[in-house]
Amino acid sequence: MALFKLTPPYLSGTNRVTDHMVQLLLALLPAIIALTIFFGPGVLINIVLAVVLALVTEAVMLKCRHRPLKPFLTDGSAIVTAVLLAIALPPLSPWWLTAVGIIFAIVFAKHLYGGLGYNPFNPAMVAYVLLLISFPVEMTRWLPVAELNNIDITFTTAVQIIFTEQSPYQLAVDAISGATPLDVMKTQTGLQQTPDIIQQNSAFGLLAGQGWQWVNIWVAIGGLFLLYRKVINWHIPTAMLAGLATISLVTWLISPATTASPLFHLFSGGTMLGAFFIATDPVTAATTLKGRLIYGAGIGLLTYIIRVWGGYPDGIAFAVLLMNMLVPLIDDVTQPRVYGAKR
Amino acid sequence: MRQLGSFPGGLVLDGQKSRSTQQPIRSAPLSKVLTLPLQQHIGAAAVPIVKVGDKVLKGQQIAKAEGHVSVCLHAPSSGHITAIDERPIPHPSGLSALCITIQTDGKEQWTELTPIEDYKNSSDHELRQLIRDAGIVGLGGAGFPSFIKLNPSVHHHVDTLILNGVECEPYISCDDMLMRERAQGILDGIAIMRQATKANQCIIAIEDNKPIAINAMQTALSTHPENGKIDIIVVPTRYPAGSEKQLIEVITNKQVPNGGLPIDIGTVMHNVGTAYAIARAINYGEPLISRIVTITGNEVKNAGNLEVLFGTPIKDCLIFCETQWQITDPIIQGGPMMGYPLPNADLPITKTANCILVGVEQAAPAEQAMPCIRCGDCATACPVSLLPQQLYWHAKAKNLDKAVDYNLFDCIECGCCNYVCPSEIPLVQYFKFAKTETMNQQQERQKSDAARVRHDNRQTRQEMEKQEKALRQQQRKAALAASQAAKQAEEDKT
Repeated sequence: MALFKLTPPYLSGTNRVTDHMVQLLLALLPAIIALTIFFGPGVLINIVLAVVLALVTEAVMLKCRHRPLKPFLTDGSAIVTAVLLAIALPPLSPWWLTAVGIIFAIVFAKHLYGGLGYNPFNPAMVAYVLLLISFPVEMTRWLPVAELNNIDITFTTAVQIIFTEQSPYQLAVDAISGATPLDVMKTQTGLQQTPDIIQQNSAFGLLAGQGWQWVNIWVAIGGLFLLYRKVINWHIPTAMLAGLATISLVTWLISPATTASPLFHLFSGGTMLGAFFIATDPVTAATTLKGRLIYGAGIGLLTYIIRVWGGYPDGIAFAVLLMNMLVPLIDDVTQPRVYGAKR
Repeated sequence: MRQLGSFPGGLVLDGQKSRSTQQPIRSAPLSKVLTLPLQQHIGAAAVPIVKVGDKVLKGQQIAKAEGHVSVCLHAPSSGHITAIDERPIPHPSGLSALCITIQTDGKEQWTELTPIEDYKNSSDHELRQLIRDAGIVGLGGAGFPSFIKLNPSVHHHVDTLILNGVECEPYISCDDMLMRERAQGILDGIAIMRQATKANQCIIAIEDNKPIAINAMQTALSTHPENGKIDIIVVPTRYPAGSEKQLIEVITNKQVPNGGLPIDIGTVMHNVGTAYAIARAINYGEPLISRIVTITGNEVKNAGNLEVLFGTPIKDCLIFCETQWQITDPIIQGGPMMGYPLPNADLPITKTANCILVGVEQAAPAEQAMPCIRCGDCATACPVSLLPQQLYWHAKAKNLDKAVDYNLFDCIECGCCNYVCPSEIPLVQYFKFAKTETMNQQQERQKSDAARVRHDNRQTRQEMEKQEKALRQQQRKAALAASQAAKQAEEDKT
């Protein structure tokens, strides 16, 4: 070991991987608060459960791979994965659902590919898709927005439901859960209803679903904080939202009777979470500036296609994973022109 | 007002310049022994023209330029030659090279100087020869012989002569102080450079973090005969604006073509310190025997700029500036972004030593570099628009061909990517390694190609020899058979 560095620079910036992750978590706070207000305290329990499990799994995997524990447990990346997955799951989903998701995310999607920095797919999204395909019933058990729900879900009820899958009111969990606005839109348009009429349903608000529109707005506020702090740059979120808005606007203008408005799509489901927190995951996103625009726009387009013509009500997770696969190609064809090279 | 260009990426760094600009330029004390490496410039080493035991005067030529790309070397003080041998030199490799050692006598007795009365009567060729004889090299840090860059080539016309007073690296302030205190001399030198290059326009570029220097230069210019022929342009402070190609882009809005030289787009760039040295050489006949060196850093109590005779041990300068350093403190020659650590403080100050830095933030190697998280901050910071992250993957995997495809050799090693990396990956180290390794492989390939050609030639030669031998044998056999037949026939006759 040399006494001092043998190569310059002898100065360094202050930004570190851990700072990056801590700021991401800070920026997720508004989203977590909004989810708690509208969907009850279940989301908090999910987050705690997910974070603890993620750290334990991370530690076990690091030990197995003979990697030092301290730098990698404190980098915050496992916590970010855990929180992102936890807030994407239905708030009263059973504990084992969260556990299966987290273990799969950390073991398979992250460490089997080489750990932090080496995973080609976003771990939280891989886990989400696994759960969606394997446990479709549990994954669609979203609650109606709190104020519409006549059963007040307290902290203890939430704990009881999550860990025992028994509701204290002797009701099946199914009875208190309900479809999300995206679900409703999908099934109803399938039944030849026009979006105008569907949106007159009490589950819908001015922009999109009751509660959901606010969750999206709060998530976006967190996202803007990230942009302001330069933790993420504008290319991916802008391209993704623009992609989604453009295709939904075009189809809406062509056929307003069968498709929902761009506003509905922008403020529904996981749009904002996807745009600011998922698609911007640096490890799995494109790295060149031009590439990021293509990558973001691709996610926006695919999300819409899956929402409207695919088999699932929301398409963020699939869209992100599909674009993850294209990243090496995108990066390769969008190399910037080097200083002095011919234009 | 001129429309300034800009280069991609770059960093706004904490300059730390005020540490060393609190007092005027001081003269370093005369050291007892001066060690002068024969190669303090890019090109061929100078050849000694003195022998051990000779008495030399201050400013006397002691080594002559060898070949075209080379300059002369002079005795910085009077005394006598005590050795001409291999000594450690201040070079990143820590190698030794031929040096002339002078024991100074303390008299500082000058040799006879021959100033040029009016350089306007001299031809550009004569001026270049004088500048070469005066041992002048680029004082910005690279040390390229200046006379070559004053040569308007046959194929290119010099449109813009740019004087670099940007000094973008943190801590360094030698050009700043020179401009503050010796603006007149710099302008005199620029006048000579303008005559030698016949440039259409001349620009002095100074970063906007040096208001005193800018003011001093403007004031000096207003009463100087060159007034109206030189523009002083203030450029925004952004590292590495002082890098040649980046500054050209800022000033001219044009990029030097890949693999080309500034002259390809009609520009020539010199450091302001070089201009001052040229003025001294032409107007006073003084060869280049000293330079301004910034002695600074967290461990330097009395930091500042010293006028140091070449060959002075760095240690003497550090002690003069009240420096306390530990074994864990690297003594860095150059700035904190691109400088390199010296093995010890006994090494001499040379023509390329613009700064000696002791005590920096990041002296110790990072405990553990985290894996790359592909954040792309490096690409955003790169002033050459490279993808440092991809270069790093390929360099790490020793996939050198791929790294070269990703324009490895366009990297200027400015350290911006390394600075911003949140994982603290020593990117510059990887790139330096990949460059050397690639060059080694190319050399190996050339060697093996040569060996193969040699082998092939040898085989053909042997084959031919064999055939010739076989042919000769056949001829001999035929001749023998013929003579035997003839003998037989004779015998038969008889």
